[in-house]
Amino acid sequence: MTPLLQVRGAGHRYGLRHGCRDVDLDLWPGEVLAVVGESGSGKSTLLGTLSQRLGPSEGSIRYRMADGRVIDLGEESEAAVRRLWRSEWGFVHQDPADGLRMHVSAGGNVGEPLMANGWRHYGRIREAAAGWLERVEIPADRIDDHPTTFSGGMRQRLQIARNLVVSPRLVFMDEPTSGLDVSVQARLLDLIRGLVFDLGLAVVVVTHDLAVARLVSHRTLVMKDGRVVESGLTDRVLDDPHAAYTQLLVSSVLQG
Amino acid sequence: MSARQAVYNIGYLDEQTKRMIRRALLKAVAIPGFQVPFASREVPMPRGWGTGGVQVTAAVIGEDDVLKVIDQGADDTTNAVSIRSFFASVARVATTTRTDEATIIQTRHRIPETPLSEGQVLVYQVPIPEPLRFLEPRETETRRLHALEEYGLMFVKLYEDIARFGHIAKTYDYPVLVGGRYLMSPSPIPSFDNPKMHRNPALQLFGAGREKRIYAVPPFTSVESLGFEDFPFEPQRFDEPCALCGSTGGYLDEVITDDAGGSMFVCSDTDHCERTATRSGTESATGTEAIA
Ligand SMILES: Nc1ncnc2c1ncn2[C@@H]1O[C@H](COP(=O)(O)OP(=O)(O)OP(=O)(O)O)[C@@H](O)[C@H]1O
Ligand SMILES: [Mg+2]
Ligand SMILES: [Zn+2]
Repeated sequence: MTPLLQVRGAGHRYGLRHGCRDVDLDLWPGEVLAVVGESGSGKSTLLGTLSQRLGPSEGSIRYRMADGRVIDLGEESEAAVRRLWRSEWGFVHQDPADGLRMHVSAGGNVGEPLMANGWRHYGRIREAAAGWLERVEIPADRIDDHPTTFSGGMRQRLQIARNLVVSPRLVFMDEPTSGLDVSVQARLLDLIRGLVFDLGLAVVVVTHDLAVARLVSHRTLVMKDGRVVESGLTDRVLDDPHAAYTQLLVSSVLQG
Repeated sequence: MSARQAVYNIGYLDEQTKRMIRRALLKAVAIPGFQVPFASREVPMPRGWGTGGVQVTAAVIGEDDVLKVIDQGADDTTNAVSIRSFFASVARVATTTRTDEATIIQTRHRIPETPLSEGQVLVYQVPIPEPLRFLEPRETETRRLHALEEYGLMFVKLYEDIARFGHIAKTYDYPVLVGGRYLMSPSPIPSFDNPKMHRNPALQLFGAGREKRIYAVPPFTSVESLGFEDFPFEPQRFDEPCALCGSTGGYLDEVITDDAGGSMFVCSDTDHCERTATRSGTESATGTEAIA
């Protein structure tokens, strides 16, 4: 069996400077990988590189598709990559406004990926949307309301529903909780953890918050200046950091 | 340049411009429903009419053509009359109000009720060619959506209508899929007219001047109005007959008849209305059999 994602020497440059470089990682089905590091360390760049949202990149990123074929993402056509976005991948943005259509109803937001995948039965689309709103704890009677009328936490849950409705295999998340109040964050993390577990999703989640990594991830990858300085099982990395930089990061969190 | 008087080329546009537009038209016909960019020119047109359709007409018209111009179905509006006389003078073509006699029909907002036949050309004036515009304002993105045939967004619009109104509320410029491939705006014709586009024997050409786009539906091409399996496309219907000619099954306009709010419904297609009225007048006078 090969991993879902097999990444070797991956990097991305903005002009002459690397946003991230020399990244190796394997991601297995059902595994949650946290990417941590301070601001500017290249976490979002790595996520953009893996998910093919950023332009040409260095190294190789191999993905095992639902049908078992292993493809090299850098060699795929734009149409093929967009098909993956539609049907096998999700992407949860930090700011829900980047991942939602703010002037389309909640039901329309969740239904759109289904319609993009060829669903043409209104009743079934609406039923699926309603089911997902319930799963992310948005009241059924809000289905026709625009996300502009939702709280930050509701918007983020709506974005998650919109991403999960097509039953993706792999979901990328960039700081999914950091725009929210602490109490709302905890509830959302709980929800994410439950869904990821129930659906057996593979997730790459970027966070600067080690507590988030601790709560949701199996493995953690620590970045500094665009490179991976340490990676391993989350509890090991956080409780027994090997790299000097990780030790600093962990202790600075402990200091509050 | 002539010192005293401007000399127009046949059809107003210069030959180079006409060739450029014809090249765009050929490409448009080769890829039904695909929007082809073209270098739109200035044409003196009445305010609010738009120039795209007129440029297309100017590029395809020849001296043997017979031109009909309709504005919302009517041959006798100021705009229709002035465009007809414009082409009569710059292209020296014959003009008509009869749908069946025209070789080129320049239209805004309607398709004639009289069925078109092979060899006829219907030229639509288009204000906004991009059906996804209001959902996705970025043109780079809409172009990509067309290229990759990603039309889920258009269905979101229909979904929103049903969620809000219980049915698809769009009655004008109702989106269509052309040749099973390209999503296309039919221009602001009533959805009543949409079924006429499907497998029509005439060549249908679309010009958007401000937006610099040309597209086409070649004869006998499939034109499918979008809908859901459980909420299929339903064109508008009129239950009553025309108050002037008595015909049923045509598109009717409401006309206010007095200050007290009185109104009646009459054919929007004036040629169809007049000829139906004449024909039924003849019938009742002579009592002969109906004309097929
Ligand atoms: N679009 C861009 N153009 C040029 N440089 C960029 C661009 N985006 C990011 N960078 C640079 O690349 C490096 C990595 O940035 P990145 O956004 O990946 O960091 P990050 O770890 O996600 O930070 P944060 O926690 O603040 O979101 C930084 O030096 C940043 O300034
Ligand atoms: Mg970031
Ligand atoms: Zn009539």
